[in-house]
Amino acid sequence: MLVQIISWLLILSGIFFAVTSAVGLFRLPDFFARVHAAGIGDTVSAALIILGLMLNSGFTLISIKLFYILFLLWFTSPISSHSVVKAARHSGLEPFLVEKEKTNRKTD
Amino acid sequence: MLAITALAVIRMRSLFAVVILFGIYSLLTAVLFVVLDAVDVAFTEAAVGAGISIVLMLGTLLIAGRRADADTHTPLLPLFIVVITGAVLVWGTFDMPHFADPQDPAHQHVAPRYIYDSLAEIGIPNMVTSVLASYRGFDTFGELIVVFTALVGVMALLGIPERRQSRRQVSEKTGPEFSGPILTIGASWMIPFIVLFALYVQFHGDFGPGGGFQAGVIFCSAFVLYALIFGIELTYKTVRPKLLILTSASGVLLYAGTGFVSIILDGNFLDYNVLSNTPKAGQHLGIFLVELGVGITVASVLILIFFSIVQSRKRRYQMQPDNHLDSQVRE
Repeated sequence: MLVQIISWLLILSGIFFAVTSAVGLFRLPDFFARVHAAGIGDTVSAALIILGLMLNSGFTLISIKLFYILFLLWFTSPISSHSVVKAARHSGLEPFLVEKEKTNRKTD
Repeated sequence: MLAITALAVIRMRSLFAVVILFGIYSLLTAVLFVVLDAVDVAFTEAAVGAGISIVLMLGTLLIAGRRADADTHTPLLPLFIVVITGAVLVWGTFDMPHFADPQDPAHQHVAPRYIYDSLAEIGIPNMVTSVLASYRGFDTFGELIVVFTALVGVMALLGIPERRQSRRQVSEKTGPEFSGPILTIGASWMIPFIVLFALYVQFHGDFGPGGGFQAGVIFCSAFVLYALIFGIELTYKTVRPKLLILTSASGVLLYAGTGFVSIILDGNFLDYNVLSNTPKAGQHLGIFLVELGVGITVASVLILIFFSIVQSRKRRYQMQPDNHLDSQVRE
């Protein structure tokens, strides 16, 4: 019973983080901040949801498979965020704040 | 969802977004196949549609440019024709049996034999593999030849990828130094697992979803990742294009050779029963060889197509080195 409650708490908080990252993906001002939001969704919310599911299924083969999925997600999603940002920097996109400072300097 | 994505694909002008939407479309289709319990097809759709074809389309965009030209014709006549055709097709479906009707001719003809007898006749649990590689082996052979012909077509258009003979070392713009430690270490951890997974899919196709086509695509994706992170020169050193041309043909030959061996052993073309002492062992051996041929050909064909696209891009880049960066930034 307690395990069930904890697992549902984990899953619900994971959903909360997923929704947060989706909102951030639409609302944040520039590309880099959006990647940051998506990265949170990929790592934290996926981890919470998978942990909740693991508690739900108990110590079985399913849990081990879920653990592998979690491992894969934690391994790939930060690296892919990193590479996306790197590609953006390489193709000449500046972060929002840098551009703002530049325009401020021009106006001064 | 599928309809919304398709409409978005039609309305968009930015081809880059269209390609990404195609990936989403394929992923949704794969989910739909999973819901319909067609796991093998879903696997193929996810690997081919959402995976490698997106990479190849993005590569094509690098050669062809990112924006679509403006329409020069009015959409009325095509719309009229499409509406008429669609209406005729919908009218035709009224005569078709209902969805999942057991009296459906499609479920009466050969399907019961596949479902009830394939375990006794072929001896492998995954029906899809036994239909694909044994009952319908000739069709699959045709598909493999289509894949091979696609490679020949691409190489005829874009040129045969060749390793440069110059002594020039790994260029600074694409080598591992450019990618940085995070990407290189991450990729060098990922690639062995991708290859291992590809081999698992290849040899586990008898028991679960999988087989040569999917395995070939996954195998190719490992090389694409390597090329993206470590640069194309190092990839050419890892697998030589000449070797790949050889293997892509030899996979088709392996498939056809299995068929001819069964002819020599007094069977029909691709009749695996005669390959070994007992029919079941023969089927196992035949399906194994055939799937191996499919996997080898698909993997090497896809890697070669990727190489051709990269090389043709490079050739353009070398012809007009100044315009390249400007046009990128402007886009």
